[in-house]
Amino acid sequence: MSIIKGRVWKYGDDVNTDVIFPGKYTYTVSDPKEMAKYALEDLDPRFTKEVKPNDIIVAGKNWGCGSSREQAATCLKESALGAIIAQSFGRIFYRNCLNAALPALTCSEAVAAIENGETITIDLTSGTITCQAGTYEFPPLPEAVMGIFEAGGLVPYTQKRLEAISKR
Amino acid sequence: MNHTFAEKILADKAGLSETVPGQIVEITPDVALSHDNTAAIQGIFKRMGGVKVFNPQMHAIILDHATPAPTTKHAENHRVIREFVRDQKIERFYDVGRGVCHQVVVEEGLSLPGEVVLGSDSHTTHAGVMGAFGAGIGRSEMASIWAVGKLWLRVPESVKIIIHGTLPPGVTSKDLVLYVIGDLGADAGLYMSVEWHGEAIEALTVSQRAVLTNVAAEMGAKNSYIPPDQKTVAYLEHRAQRSYTPIYPDPDAHYARIVEYDASTIEPMVACPHTVDNVKPLSDLRGLPVDQAFLGTCTNARLDDLAAAAEVMKGRHVAAGTRMVVIPASSEIYRDALQAGYIETFINAGAMVESPGCGPCMGNHMGILAVGEVAISSANRNFQGRMGTRESEIYLASPSVVAASAVAGSITHPRYLKEDRQ
Repeated sequence: MSIIKGRVWKYGDDVNTDVIFPGKYTYTVSDPKEMAKYALEDLDPRFTKEVKPNDIIVAGKNWGCGSSREQAATCLKESALGAIIAQSFGRIFYRNCLNAALPALTCSEAVAAIENGETITIDLTSGTITCQAGTYEFPPLPEAVMGIFEAGGLVPYTQKRLEAISKR
Repeated sequence: MNHTFAEKILADKAGLSETVPGQIVEITPDVALSHDNTAAIQGIFKRMGGVKVFNPQMHAIILDHATPAPTTKHAENHRVIREFVRDQKIERFYDVGRGVCHQVVVEEGLSLPGEVVLGSDSHTTHAGVMGAFGAGIGRSEMASIWAVGKLWLRVPESVKIIIHGTLPPGVTSKDLVLYVIGDLGADAGLYMSVEWHGEAIEALTVSQRAVLTNVAAEMGAKNSYIPPDQKTVAYLEHRAQRSYTPIYPDPDAHYARIVEYDASTIEPMVACPHTVDNVKPLSDLRGLPVDQAFLGTCTNARLDDLAAAAEVMKGRHVAAGTRMVVIPASSEIYRDALQAGYIETFINAGAMVESPGCGPCMGNHMGILAVGEVAISSANRNFQGRMGTRESEIYLASPSVVAASAVAGSITHPRYLKEDRQ
């Protein structure tokens, strides 16, 4: 879990959640596994056909802007994506990733250095990204929300919290 | 002292004397807003082990995204939500036809100065028009609020946008917000609280101000805020469901950025495909043929928007080869527009008027585009595929421009309508 090694899918700036998971499916597709079938449908039709477990999306600024739809994070998580590295993220998408325990890392230097299609390694423990061009550091998650990530996402985290409340 | 609106309201809600940007706080919202995604949230709530919601009084549930139901799947989704509302004894439930959620929470006096509205919808920034802290969150986060009544928020940095002067005639708050986003970019407000100040903002009606806090989501804003004034108080007089205490930023608050504009220099603007910050002066696009004109959504389908469009369309007709869909933002607006004669004007002009809701805005129904088609819309998003197919294009503009373009069959402003009509 702390080491993620995968092939890079590189995209540009301001990729919105409508092209990551089209709005027309938001009330007709409810099974998370099925959501993966539509991942990036309006951005890159090759993605669902060729994505492999632990592959990594590398993007420019504001990845995941637009609609709050959580399916945009879920469809990527269910595609077995290992992580997303971007210059910056749309804030609700960022929170949705954290809540799904899908690593969303901010590192502009790594984004500039990483080539499309290369295989890179992320070490979540040391906070480093290693690609052909070198090794880059990314800022750790705020400690106050690390618990959500470590619990495996917001669902198991809240589950534990609810159990603790009901035991009181 | 020296704190912004966001810093002050989050300190207030977290029970702290002050907060600073970057700090994580845990708060209980005053309103937990959800819409057609309530059924999906309920599924997550159950997986979390939730049985009874934390506080049924906190909820505002409005069905708007695909209403009335276009397919059996959508209908089933609504059915599950009605059952949930009944089981959990949620009183503030607004069934299909009441309107778009962001408009409804304002009309129903639920978005109040000094309060926090968290919604599982990205345009919850809209609530800031009343001086509330409105922020969009994810479905799991909403489920977590239902379960434990709390959510973590990062105290945002703040941007202060000051608009001086007066908007010229024929230029609206939609043109203003598109101009600002075109200038600053789609990520200029990312993770930030965007405050609107200045005499041009004070001069706007509450309805026109709502366009600014609504579209602020398109610059990545966490929330957007307009200082409540006499107009806000007057609007809330017979609507507010609780007493409220406004919160204002300190005069010496520290902002990450302050930007200033002169309203008198702004001209009619259009956001071009496929991003909201791809903004050009309307004069550059005049004559571009449109297949569909859409006047609707939480952004620009209030009574004054319909009035502006009806004024343009009175005694005129939608151009041959172009169609127009009108969807009032709420049932209250629909009724008032009917009484004012605007609906009759639209029908006489050959437009379709549909029941309140989001309509085709995110590609669900009531005006989906065909491959190769072009739409001009009063909405807030023009992303590729947003209205159904990625092989279509959406231009965003003010209601009067949408109406004039429907009549001309091509993008135009009412001021050019005489020359641009075919």
